[in-house]
Amino acid sequence: MNDIDSEVLPLSQGFWALLKRDLVLAFRQRGDMINPLFFFVMVISLFPLGVGPEASQLQKMAPGIIWIAALLSTLLAVDSLFRQDFDDGALELLLLSPHPLFVLVSAKVFAHWLVTSVPLIIASPFLGVMLFLEGEVLGVVMLTLLIGTPILSMISAIGAALTVGLRKGGVLIAIIALPLYVPVLIFGTSAIQAASIELPYIGQLAYLAALLAIAVTFAPFAIAAGLRVSVSG
Amino acid sequence: MSLWDSITRLYHKFGSPKYFYELSGKLLPWFLGLTVLTLIPGVIWGLGFAPIDEEQGHSYRIIFIHVPSASIAMGGYVMMAVASAIGIIWKMKMAEMVAKAIAPIGASFTFLCLVTGAIWGKPTWNTWWVWDARLTSMLVLLFLYIGFIALQNAIENPASAAKASGILAIVGVVNLPIIKYSVNWWNTLHQPATLKITESSAIDPSMLYPLLLSITGFYCLFGLLVLLATRNEVLTREQRSRWVQQEVMK
Repeated sequence: MNDIDSEVLPLSQGFWALLKRDLVLAFRQRGDMINPLFFFVMVISLFPLGVGPEASQLQKMAPGIIWIAALLSTLLAVDSLFRQDFDDGALELLLLSPHPLFVLVSAKVFAHWLVTSVPLIIASPFLGVMLFLEGEVLGVVMLTLLIGTPILSMISAIGAALTVGLRKGGVLIAIIALPLYVPVLIFGTSAIQAASIELPYIGQLAYLAALLAIAVTFAPFAIAAGLRVSVSG
Repeated sequence: MSLWDSITRLYHKFGSPKYFYELSGKLLPWFLGLTVLTLIPGVIWGLGFAPIDEEQGHSYRIIFIHVPSASIAMGGYVMMAVASAIGIIWKMKMAEMVAKAIAPIGASFTFLCLVTGAIWGKPTWNTWWVWDARLTSMLVLLFLYIGFIALQNAIENPASAAKASGILAIVGVVNLPIIKYSVNWWNTLHQPATLKITESSAIDPSMLYPLLLSITGFYCLFGLLVLLATRNEVLTREQRSRWVQQEVMK
């Protein structure tokens, strides 16, 4: 018994090892990594074609456009979060690990966020410029996405965990996760709107940060429970 | 036998689908009677005989449908989540079946609430729909119900369908206050709540009593429908057991 125990990595090392593994896997398939970013850019560039090119109107709609594009691309990307591990059996090994599952899934979600959402955050000011946002507001766009997208990743990971055992996860994840996105969308967009009319936006950011704290605390447990159901069922 | 023992015994009894089926069969006529005795007089009293509202005229009368369905819409989701939690924590199959039965009924009442709200909104606000906090959170609630039902339907194995959608119901019920708060913060136009438990209500007794009767009637109807749907679910899930086959053959 002691021999087996001594071979188990400490928890923190397990977390980092899983994070590193997921990042390495992602960088070996760069196409999958970059697709959510392309999706994000394309959805945003379709809006001016749909609603007209007037600068004042687009400027007014920009926070909503950027945020809705961001949450759609998070949804699109999350289907792959557990899919491959489920198919090749790695997920079962993860469930059998002596470490608490909620820590390990946090590592997976964190890696997924780094790979799929960070590029969106970096690209967002450029898209903001295309939608006629200016100066400080671009920074606020980045800041809201920086605080908000991890929440989106956590929520959609719950959907992905619950549906990973099914052949057709895509639309189902959207139906499960979209209603839960509502608070993030509201506070994210209203922070940008407040900043663009030079009102204080720190309150909305604080709300977003509070949502992030709640999501990071509770979502991993739901994700872990969902994975156990999907793998055993 | 101590009190705790009798509680656990009762719990195990309720956990048995066969016992539930027999007990609910006996309860059904009572629920039906109570529904008839409260819903019909409540609705007729409200729609036909309650006094006219000074500002809104006759159009306010839809409150006797609107408020009860809104109450059930929210209460139903909480009941569904509680039943799901019981099913997940204590692995009680009956609780899972109740949660599954509540979902479409609760969603229907949510839809009814939205529709009656739209009909009420047309003469009062001169528009079918406004993006007001309460309407929006009701709509999001409907989406949450739809997510639960969609997940239930997508998973074939009933045991894992119940567990997965149960987790979703619990996540939803944790999010419900957050959604409601954030949407409230976002926009408010709806009139404030008519009924308040902690302070005296903003409604005259001549309208309050038919409203309370109507709410009671709607809850009885809800209970009746949930019982019927759960009984169906019991028969479907236990179709291999002998007592169900005997019951169906009877």
